[in-house]
Amino acid sequence: MKLKSLGLAALAAAILAGPVTVPQAHAQEQFVPLLVYRTGPYAPNGIPIADGFNDYMQLVNTRDGGINGVKYAWEECETQYNNDRGVECYERLKANGPTGASVVNPYSTGITYALIERATNDKVPVLSMGYGRADASDGTVFPYVFTMPITYWAGADVMVQYAAKESGGSLQGKKVALVYHDSAYGKEPIATLERLAKEEGFSLSLYPVPHPGLEQKATWLQIGRQLRPDWVFMWGWGVMNSTAIKEAAAVGFPMEKFIGVWWSGAEADVIPAGDAAKGYKSLNITGVGTAAPIFRDIEKMYADGNGAADKANIGTVLYNRALVNAFYYTEAIRIAQAEFGVKPLTGEQIQWGMDRLDITQDMVDKAGMAGLMSPVKITCADHEGGGSAVVQQWDGSKWTAITDFIAPRRDALRPAYEASAAQYAAEKGLTPRSCS
Amino acid sequence: MLYREAGQFKTSYTADQAIFPIRQDRVALLIFGLVAVFAVPALSSNYFLETIFVPFLVFALAAIGLNILTGYCGQLSLGTGGFMACGAFFSYKLATAFPDLHIVAVFLLGGLGTAAVGVLFGLPSLRIKGFYLAVATLAAQFFLVWMFNKFPWWTNYSPSGVISAPPRDILPGFAVTGSGGDPAVKYLFLLVLVAVLALVAKNLVRSRIGRSWMAIRDMDIAAEIIGIRPLWAKLSAFAVSSFFIGIAGALWAFVYTGSVEALAFQIDRSFQVLFMVIIGGMGSILGSFLGAAFIVLLPILLSNAPAVLGLQIRVEMISHLEFMIFGGLIIFFLIVEPHGLARLWQIGKEKLRLWPFPY
Repeated sequence: MKLKSLGLAALAAAILAGPVTVPQAHAQEQFVPLLVYRTGPYAPNGIPIADGFNDYMQLVNTRDGGINGVKYAWEECETQYNNDRGVECYERLKANGPTGASVVNPYSTGITYALIERATNDKVPVLSMGYGRADASDGTVFPYVFTMPITYWAGADVMVQYAAKESGGSLQGKKVALVYHDSAYGKEPIATLERLAKEEGFSLSLYPVPHPGLEQKATWLQIGRQLRPDWVFMWGWGVMNSTAIKEAAAVGFPMEKFIGVWWSGAEADVIPAGDAAKGYKSLNITGVGTAAPIFRDIEKMYADGNGAADKANIGTVLYNRALVNAFYYTEAIRIAQAEFGVKPLTGEQIQWGMDRLDITQDMVDKAGMAGLMSPVKITCADHEGGGSAVVQQWDGSKWTAITDFIAPRRDALRPAYEASAAQYAAEKGLTPRSCS
Repeated sequence: MLYREAGQFKTSYTADQAIFPIRQDRVALLIFGLVAVFAVPALSSNYFLETIFVPFLVFALAAIGLNILTGYCGQLSLGTGGFMACGAFFSYKLATAFPDLHIVAVFLLGGLGTAAVGVLFGLPSLRIKGFYLAVATLAAQFFLVWMFNKFPWWTNYSPSGVISAPPRDILPGFAVTGSGGDPAVKYLFLLVLVAVLALVAKNLVRSRIGRSWMAIRDMDIAAEIIGIRPLWAKLSAFAVSSFFIGIAGALWAFVYTGSVEALAFQIDRSFQVLFMVIIGGMGSILGSFLGAAFIVLLPILLSNAPAVLGLQIRVEMISHLEFMIFGGLIIFFLIVEPHGLARLWQIGKEKLRLWPFPY
């Protein structure tokens, strides 16, 4: 009895005291925290995203020897797509590395909302690429948040442009249905679509789908039998997407008239729906496939034994998105290094670089990313950068882009961002910074 | 040895009725309080304060609230998430509509509003009990979250339905809400608030009203016969419980996350708090703290453990391990002591008092 308790005490002491050897980062490293979701209900989407980040940073380290010699160091933290866990992961990793977190990419609208204020206080840039708050495109109110290349509001505009073109130039008198995840994310496009409905003369019907979106029979019966719209737009996520496609097919809605946003257009969203998904369309903010020259470098990296991902994920929609995402902040770090010197930089210095990020077509081609992305130009006031989106279609085995990059009409969007950001600033008692 | 009570005589009714009648307990509590107030903020990093202690205290308060209803009054409730949402959204509307109102007043008023909602949804408890009542409170859960999600008035017409806590000071210069506040200030504010509310709860359950709840829980017909009014006892339990849960919800949104949408208070949240009460111990204020610690802290510690031990494990494996160990521990503790961690502590304490001759 006594021996047993002694043993237990010794074991407890060993666990508590234990080898406290936290892996030490090198002094010349740029640290990036990766909030990933490789488990949980959204893992099919989270795994290729995480792999894309890993591979791009590994590529920069092995092919180029880092950014001007400063290598990337990164650490993953599993959020399970859970907001509380996301905050916990951010707080856990934000001070790692020689200079703390360089940039945080939450890949969840909910986590982005939770981090905007924290990261702004900690002076860590948040790069919410195609998700999060659309009004954060106003860099005067949100200096540390970047929404390039395009926001949900702009995405809604691209969808309407595409649908109008396909309907013979105008949506006048047409019926459009929006099927959306009933959450912060799904509600983002509503205001923009309502404005466009008024301007272009189409009628808009809203169909919220409660989380997680497995029950959509009634929704689609209403859409397919009662409303019979000309177009259906979808703001779905995870299992909601494949369920919607299956239900749409069950009521005989033509897939060619069904467009999802870029979070409803990955392989994991259509493959579970099987043949029903053939012809389904979605927006995408990055190019598809492995045709771009950078994939030759990635193949070589894998051949050298430096790749860690499942090779089947390479070239998938979300993997490519993460590559482009990592490319954005790598270029921002380059710009900041030109100003502050070649060394590990702080989040504040990288924010300076991001504010001046100007990715031209020339740079895209040089980086071997031709066809993967549209040029963006960030300014102090404009954190969206004028990016564009393509429409892609699923042919039953792969996604193919069926349009060029379509630019949203931002003249009308910009005042909406500014109005919404101003409301946020008023509520928080913030003074927008001056950009002149 | 530790718990030798020889010579501790009680000479007054007040001494006999103290919450901690044993001197060693009082000393331990004092040391614990001093550590919590001085050592913890001084020694722990912001990471520990912000992401471990703050949610722990918030959940402990929610668990106290549910424990009053389920543990003391015996009314099974699955509406905790909905009531937390009530507290959060009521406080948000109050704080934005009356920017000059002090933040503590905002929280208390938010709690009072939630208490009113709780009474409303407690009405079915007069007719039904047990699992049937759980279903009725489930309706509260879904209705409330739906309402806050559906009507943009609750979020001040935010296009995405997310509320974000306006920054407010507890004393001039000491912000406790929003993300701007110093984590140590937030922690101390929560510590004091939760300690005061826990004291209120402890005294409530020792009073006439608490005894009437327990009488209803143990046998409602017998309670009615000896003169306890079920209507009054049940509805007061719903009101007090919702008051605590509402404040916890407001603290969650204002002090911890800083921004929140209605979906953060889904049914999972209700289950999470219910599990805290079950694992911590039904009908025990201490159990609420132990349960909250178990459910909130253990997963975080488990996910941090490999890094601390210097093991290189992939994150998905860590997360799977975390689920397996956590699930295993829940089953282990429930088998060892079905009445929860608080009961385990109580048994341990009894043994210590009799030590070295336990029987």
